Amino acid sequence: MIALPTPEEAVQRRARLEQTWADPKGVWGFLTTVDHKRIAARYIVTVIALMFLAGMLALHMRLQLAFPDLKILGPQMYNESFSLHGSTMLFLVSVPVMEAMAIWLVPLMLGQRGMAYPRLAAFSYWLYLGGVMMLWIPHVLGITPDLGWFEYPPLSGPGYSPGHRADIWAQMITFTEVAALAASVNIVATIIKLRPPGMTLARMPLFLWAMLVASLMTIFALPAVMLVTSMLISDRLVSTHFFAPAGGGDVLLFQHLFWFFGHPEVYIIFVPAVGFVTAIVETFSRRTIFGHTALVLSVLSIGVLAFGLWVHHMFAVGLPRLGNAFYTAASMAIALPAGLQIFCWIATLWSGRPRFATPLLWVVGFILTFVIGGLSGIMTASAPLDLQLTDTYFIVAHFHYVLVGGAMFPLIGALCYWYPKATGRMMSERWGVLAFALIFGGFNLGFFPMHILGLEGMPRRIYTYSAGMGWGPLNLVATTGSATSIVGGLVLVANAWISRKHGTPAGANPWGGSTLEWWASSPPPTYNFEYTPVVESIAPLWTDKDGLPVMTGAGVERREVVVTSAIDAVPLYRQKGASPSIWPLVAGIAVTAMFVGSIFTPWAVVWGALPIGAALTGWFWPQRPRARTGPFARRAA
Amino acid sequence: MTPEPSPRLVGDLAYLSEHADGARHVVWWGNLGFMLIEGTGFLLAIGAYLYLQSQSPAWPPGGDALPGLTWSGFFTGGLLLSVIPNIWVLRQARQKREGRVRIGVLAMTLIGLTLAVVRWFELQHLGVRWDHDAYGSVVWLLMVLHTSHIVTDLGDTAVQAAWLYTHEVGADQFSDVEDNANYWSFVVLAWLPIYGLIYWLPRLA
Amino acid sequence: MGRPAAMTRTRSILPILLTWLLGGCTDLQSAISPAGEQAGRLFSLLQLITWVCGIMYALVLLFLGWSMVRVWRRTGGDDAPIVDPADRGLSRSMLVWAGLIVGGLTLLITASFLADRHLASLRSEEVLRVRVTGHQWWWRIAYRDSTTGRWIETANELHLPAGRTARVELGSSDVIHSFWVPNVAGKLDVIPGRANSLDLTPHRIGWFRGQCAEFCGAQHAHMAFDVKVESPADFALWLAAQASPAALPADPVLARGAAIVTEGACAMCHAVRGTPAAGRPGPDLTHVGSRRSIAAGTLTMSRGALQGWIANPKALKPGTTMPTVPLDGADADAVAAYLESLK
Repeated sequence: MIALPTPEEAVQRRARLEQTWADPKGVWGFLTTVDHKRIAARYIVTVIALMFLAGMLALHMRLQLAFPDLKILGPQMYNESFSLHGSTMLFLVSVPVMEAMAIWLVPLMLGQRGMAYPRLAAFSYWLYLGGVMMLWIPHVLGITPDLGWFEYPPLSGPGYSPGHRADIWAQMITFTEVAALAASVNIVATIIKLRPPGMTLARMPLFLWAMLVASLMTIFALPAVMLVTSMLISDRLVSTHFFAPAGGGDVLLFQHLFWFFGHPEVYIIFVPAVGFVTAIVETFSRRTIFGHTALVLSVLSIGVLAFGLWVHHMFAVGLPRLGNAFYTAASMAIALPAGLQIFCWIATLWSGRPRFATPLLWVVGFILTFVIGGLSGIMTASAPLDLQLTDTYFIVAHFHYVLVGGAMFPLIGALCYWYPKATGRMMSERWGVLAFALIFGGFNLGFFPMHILGLEGMPRRIYTYSAGMGWGPLNLVATTGSATSIVGGLVLVANAWISRKHGTPAGANPWGGSTLEWWASSPPPTYNFEYTPVVESIAPLWTDKDGLPVMTGAGVERREVVVTSAIDAVPLYRQKGASPSIWPLVAGIAVTAMFVGSIFTPWAVVWGALPIGAALTGWFWPQRPRARTGPFARRAA
Repeated sequence: MTPEPSPRLVGDLAYLSEHADGARHVVWWGNLGFMLIEGTGFLLAIGAYLYLQSQSPAWPPGGDALPGLTWSGFFTGGLLLSVIPNIWVLRQARQKREGRVRIGVLAMTLIGLTLAVVRWFELQHLGVRWDHDAYGSVVWLLMVLHTSHIVTDLGDTAVQAAWLYTHEVGADQFSDVEDNANYWSFVVLAWLPIYGLIYWLPRLA
Repeated sequence: MGRPAAMTRTRSILPILLTWLLGGCTDLQSAISPAGEQAGRLFSLLQLITWVCGIMYALVLLFLGWSMVRVWRRTGGDDAPIVDPADRGLSRSMLVWAGLIVGGLTLLITASFLADRHLASLRSEEVLRVRVTGHQWWWRIAYRDSTTGRWIETANELHLPAGRTARVELGSSDVIHSFWVPNVAGKLDVIPGRANSLDLTPHRIGWFRGQCAEFCGAQHAHMAFDVKVESPADFALWLAAQASPAALPADPVLARGAAIVTEGACAMCHAVRGTPAAGRPGPDLTHVGSRRSIAAGTLTMSRGALQGWIANPKALKPGTTMPTVPLDGADADAVAAYLESLK
């Protein structure tokens, strides 16, 4: 009968586990790590830097618009600014940060030591970084894309946008989409196959359902944008006629393919936030979430429904009325699952035994803000009414309310909530409340007036307006609010930075959470958990009166993860885990070279495939002994 | 603050094998994920083809030649025939028969190479250039997408064949062969609707 | 003194604030100051949806606020967390909430569908045909003269007879634009390779403004057009005037200007009917002097504006395709005077 080790044996066992899961030291370790926590951390750091840059772009734009007829930014600079701001926030921040949170949290919430494909996670980051550089290095060099975050042809076609700006935008998307697809496949496989023994689908926390749905949505949505941007590059580079009416092509084909991706994209950003909010509400209400089944069903239905709405981005294009009516109904219908989610969260707070702290404050801010965005979405969902609202500041207000309120606020709450787990310290509550007040207040002051500006006729993407339009005062208010929220963002980041060294030390479970990540120490060791937890309820840390049930047997001397069955999480086998490897970086560099080259010549695809093939060969190079049978057998002495 | 729960031993996992077959293996799911991604890409490209066709008064548009049936016929026939050795390799991998798997994967490599050459000729006989009109563009789009799958799967199979001969063949390698065979089946299946659309829809419509 | 004075001050600040914030809005490019059938119907729909959404938001606020107040008084702390309670009351409430949402959405989907149908039913047979072509960054506008069948061309200013329906046929000569006169109707995109048409039925007489609402490149911000809604009689007079050829120059200065415009570089891009100038790439100038603004709503019409625009178009509209035509002082004066005279 196997028994738990004695305390002295346990110390030695932990040391051996630490060794097995350790990275090499220094720069080599940095480049070769496959530790999901380190990979997630580098994603988060990159995202925060990009948010700062995108925020500076936004501030610049708001300064230009604060008064009529200003000359702070001319048209070229302004157009570059909104293109870079939108592209950065949507492709380089919003989706990657959700993936990063998943890469960090999913194994921990599953009581596992790593993800299903550790090297693929490293590769995702390098490719994402390639995408970041693909957009920002040209900006430094002065060839910034300048046609918005969804460059419609013919404006983005070869006739009206010579040079390579549009190609840079299109190829940046290819980078980030390959990275996102790789991360999504990884997350899906981890959630389906690496659950701890006993964590049946019914006992799976909502955050994991949310990430599963968001990742599956990514798999089905992102190929559309990869395809359409490749078609655009092809029109520009090798004279295809996909979007050229003169050659039999269709300008609307671009819009259909783009928005087939673009609409699910915003739900890919929102659905993980649903997971964050549920986790925070549950912990801070000190009761299991009300309506767990309703929440799971709502997330699943959003995942499916989101694919049937894309035409609502094209209501002004002149498509047949009856078709538009269908998309109006579908776009309004998605308010039902969203509305039920809101009810479940508030009902949990209502019937719980709450503790009040910053993460909960962000949840309240989320509810107050996101619901406004959802309701303005109901307005734009009406096809006839949308003809007044689309392409104006009303839409700018709407999508910022849903993206900032619906994704950023929960994300900030999540960062505050899991910060103690990741760093072992608590963030300052006082500074946290101040940051919240500045960000929440500043955001609403900044963006609510934009609803009115849109109704008063102000189109979007204009670099200036004349005094005679009367839009000046509301624009000034919007600028003031936006600037305030940026100050709040700086306070938030400063809080996070300073608390790393000076925050109150946190134990394993400072908030009293119910899910498995709170069982690991804060911060977790390289191997995350000493033993394999066994799950017997939906709230394992709240239902373990006699101690958390665990199993031994997952390897100590070599890296292993326990693979279980898809539905009932019955242990199946022990999978060898990947060791640190340079090949994800090498492969990332090879893919980057091919992507960059193919902006200039189609032959780059052919020649670029060779280094990629070489890198993949290195990646999968056999680690088993040479053959002892067959025509190439090694004749061993 | 909730006190940290102390662990309670309820079992041991050391008895578990270090390998698994088919859908039990975690890599199988990555292969499936990749098929979903590529399959979605194919479906969308097919959607683009049908969309452009619906916008065009004639298909192919006036003056464009129909794509040739000879080389495409060879290719399609060859591809369908390749299913037989592919399924055979799959079975041998499931039964963990080392010698047969080695021969089978080598054979699939040679078959893939032959089909790639046939595909090369097929591309010369599409009857239209990609830059001639939207019809040409979308036909080449579908062909390039599918060809890239033929080529990358060929590369995969070739490297796999080499390593099967140079290194020991363990349980994980049989799983890899199975995954690769499944992917080849996917490549064959993906071709069928594309073949129908490119070569027969313009002739029947 | 004291409290009453402070309250009075606060009460007077709010209206002043609101007036400053909103009063500046001139209502000549506003979706919430409808001057036409289509915009009017949409405004009603907006009001309905705003009420319904406002009520839903208020309910969410109430529920959230009530929860916070209710549990504020409970001690959190060290009680054991609640795991999987029965929640029967809350489950029933959730069904009511779901019912409210379904009811509200059904109402709004129906209202939207009815509004759409109403707007479609407004499409009358007897319409004034107007052809609007979007260019980077101006609007070519042409009216069909139903008696002669000819197209009467102008640019950047749209006149509409009140009480009649104008069917605007939209086309693009380059990229995607969007035609939007919010006071009269919703917008419709102007798409190369696609024929869209939009019905406008204005009923309030006055000046309004339209603006391009789809990003179309560097000067998207300066692609507006003036809209004048006038009585059918005034409209007929205006259209007849637009159909007539350009006014002949009345004095030597104007003649000098006319010579430069109609026989020089300008004629390569601009048309002045009744003169040799028949250029198509740029706006028709036959009656440019009668317009309210130039450069697609960028500058108010005046001789000085004309002169400044011609002297350096790129300074006012960086990226414009109109080249700088160098003219010395006297020539510049003459050209500006001539164009101003083309009423």
